[in-house]
Amino acid sequence: METALFYILAALAVLSALLVVANPFSRNPVTSAMFLVLTMVSLTGLFVLLHAFFLAAVQILVYAGAVMVLFLFVIMLLDLKEEERRRVRWTGLAAGLISVGTILTIFVLRLGEFEAGASAAPTLEGQTPELGRLLFERYLLPLEIVGVLLLVAMVGVVLLSKKELK
Amino acid sequence: MKLAFLPWLILFLPLLAAAWIMLFTRANRCRSAALSISAVVLGFVGTLTFVGANGFHPVQPEVSVTWLAVGGLDIAFGLRLDALSLLMMLVVTGVGGAIHIYSWGYMEEDRCFSRYFASLSLFTFSMLGVVLANNFLQMFIFWELVGVSSYLLIGFWYERASAADAAKKAFLTNRVGDFGFLLGILTFWGLAGSLNFEAIKEWMDNGIGFGSTDPIIVQSGLTLAGLLVFCGAMGKSAQFPLHVWLPDAMEGPTPVSALIHAATMVAAGVYMLSRTFFIYTPDALSVIAWVGGFTALLAAVVAVQQNDIKRILAYSTLSQLGYMVMAVGVYAPSAGMFHLVTHAFFKALLFLGAGSVIHALHHEQDIWRMGGLRRRMPVTFWTFMVGTLALAGVWPFSGFFSKDSILATAQHHSPALFVLGAAVAALTTFYMFRLVFVAFLGPERTSEASHAHESPWVMTWPLRLLATFSLIGGVLGIEGLLTGFYDPVGSEHPNGLAAQVFYPFAHAPVAASVGLASVAAGFLAAHWLYRNVAEDPLPARIGALSRWMRNKFYFDELYEATVIRLQDTAATVIDWFDRWLVAGAAVRGTAGVTRLVGQALRLVQTGSLQTYTFLFVLGVAIVLFAVLGR
Amino acid sequence: MTPALHHYLIVSALLFSLGLLGVVTRRSLLIIYMSLELMLNAANLALVAFSRFNNHLDGQVMVFFIITVAAAEVAVGLALIVAIFRRRQTTHVEDLATLKL
Repeated sequence: METALFYILAALAVLSALLVVANPFSRNPVTSAMFLVLTMVSLTGLFVLLHAFFLAAVQILVYAGAVMVLFLFVIMLLDLKEEERRRVRWTGLAAGLISVGTILTIFVLRLGEFEAGASAAPTLEGQTPELGRLLFERYLLPLEIVGVLLLVAMVGVVLLSKKELK
Repeated sequence: MKLAFLPWLILFLPLLAAAWIMLFTRANRCRSAALSISAVVLGFVGTLTFVGANGFHPVQPEVSVTWLAVGGLDIAFGLRLDALSLLMMLVVTGVGGAIHIYSWGYMEEDRCFSRYFASLSLFTFSMLGVVLANNFLQMFIFWELVGVSSYLLIGFWYERASAADAAKKAFLTNRVGDFGFLLGILTFWGLAGSLNFEAIKEWMDNGIGFGSTDPIIVQSGLTLAGLLVFCGAMGKSAQFPLHVWLPDAMEGPTPVSALIHAATMVAAGVYMLSRTFFIYTPDALSVIAWVGGFTALLAAVVAVQQNDIKRILAYSTLSQLGYMVMAVGVYAPSAGMFHLVTHAFFKALLFLGAGSVIHALHHEQDIWRMGGLRRRMPVTFWTFMVGTLALAGVWPFSGFFSKDSILATAQHHSPALFVLGAAVAALTTFYMFRLVFVAFLGPERTSEASHAHESPWVMTWPLRLLATFSLIGGVLGIEGLLTGFYDPVGSEHPNGLAAQVFYPFAHAPVAASVGLASVAAGFLAAHWLYRNVAEDPLPARIGALSRWMRNKFYFDELYEATVIRLQDTAATVIDWFDRWLVAGAAVRGTAGVTRLVGQALRLVQTGSLQTYTFLFVLGVAIVLFAVLGR
Repeated sequence: MTPALHHYLIVSALLFSLGLLGVVTRRSLLIIYMSLELMLNAANLALVAFSRFNNHLDGQVMVFFIITVAAAEVAVGLALIVAIFRRRQTTHVEDLATLKL
């Protein structure tokens, strides 16, 4: 059951990611954004499979909710029509494919090392309280700093979005 | 020692005056002149006071403070106060003072009056420094300062190209000699380990360090070192072959010529030789004597055919300097110094007299455009006459005594130099009376000469003063003082006035009578040739020789063709090297390569974000491959 | 057979590569941005998987921070895109070549 779920979710994530990056049917950014939402949701499923329930909730709330809504907002705001077809730079595409392929190959080949030992029985169950304790005890300072960072980002965005940008 | 602070004050007063003038009173002519004059006159008075309190032989002749210590080299800034330096100080401040006062009148109309007096004070300061120095390094520093200030003074009218060139020539020629001087100083430091005169003298007397070495090597080393030091004197005192700068130095204002030629700059070389007399080996001394003798003869011959009043005096100075150097070379530094002192009096007098004439004739210097000045300018004429007689060496003028003491020692040591000296004496009389006959006697040749009038009192009083000293300078006891300084035990020079007046005849009758005979011969020849003539009869009589004499035996042209050509060639080569190899290949080459590489790399910067991203990813791929790929 | 660590990692690597490909090849700023998010998510997946299979919660804390920072980054980045669009009327990277001299 778990295995089947994993394969379905993984395939869904990869497929929708592919459609985000290279959609042969539509070059509309809204389509890409919707497929990105789908990727996020599949990843949330994978998080649940990994028993990271709290993160799954955060993923849905922050990514699928806030971030993607922001993306769509901007797309609407800029009134971006379908991206006009420009001449595809085949050399650039090929070069990108080759380098990305190289990195992927190296990753995947090296992953073989994990097959043997790293499959220890998962024991972490119901870790949300522990996660909270960890965040507010050991990682308190980074948490505060991230809070400040969010504030700074907010101020920055307000400034950037003002009409007269000097 | 009483009043030990006084010499310091005397030394630094002129410097203070110079600084003060340049900083504060440049606009106020009167105040500048007063400052400068009072500095040097106060120096004179101070020296007199010091001598009055301590005598000419202070108990403790040195005062010094440590100035710097570098490794094994300890340099003291010290003053040496003995008969030699005190006498010289009197001459520098006394004659210099007269020239300062005279300058006030002579330079009255000049635009840069204050600058002139500042330079003059600086010059006096440097000269006093040379005189008072108690070690070689200090002397060398002031020696160079004399060079610098002479550059400022000779090139005072720097708008005139000839003056600027003359200043450059004087400075560079001096530098050649100074280079040898410096090498000599370093040699002595290496040998004796000290630069203090007293210490070197002790070292020479005791022969420390001579011990194991072959005496011949030591002797030749010392000869070489002595000759190197003599090079410095050759430059400053304008001895052959470095004599070429002195006649050109006439481009400066006439009082400057008087100061440089009579009392200070050229005297520095002779003074230095006398101060360091103990370091010269017999071989070195004979070289010095012959260089001096040759210079004396050469300059006297050239002077015979010069027409510029100042140039005649300049070559006369050269000739007399040769005399002094010759005196040092024949073991008689006291005679050399004696002649220096008397020469300071009468040469300053002659130059100032010439300046008075030039001033009256509105800067006319050709003696063939003068004439009849005796009636127009009586004070100038009579004082000039005194100077001429003293220079010629007529008894009982001062020049006679000093020249006689040189001739006497020359007779004693080297008959050849004695004959040469007598010939020079005859020539000296000849060219001086040629000058007097043409310029002062006879008819007026130009309208300016007939409208000349006597100079103001500020110029004539120094003349009178100097004339007095030119007259009595020989019997003031200077010679006795100097012989006593060099030979405290064996000096038998008389001190009474009458005894001094007749001393030469009693002491060395041959020298005295030969000297007087040469004077008479020179005078008769001049009278015969130049009494009431309209133009120079000599070129017609001796032809080509006259042309050579007038052109100073083509030394300038010779140097032009050899030294300067060589230097220009070397300069061209080095210029090429610098221009093409250093600046071209090294500097511009590096810059060019950088620029080319930069331009090539610029093509890589497409400005396309995604190209950058792609290259970044490629880099990551390579790193990953290197780390994980294996 | 439950999925092991390397299964998750392979999925993560695939997602990351797809994101990277998008960044390198696509030329709309918005799509590039989405691809960046994709890469961040791939990293998140890997971290959560590590956390799970190593019995250690630090990975999840890291993911939490990444999500937070990513949210801030998206906000600022999109604001910048809007600002650029206002000035240039384009979000196409080839039109943004002011880095070139």
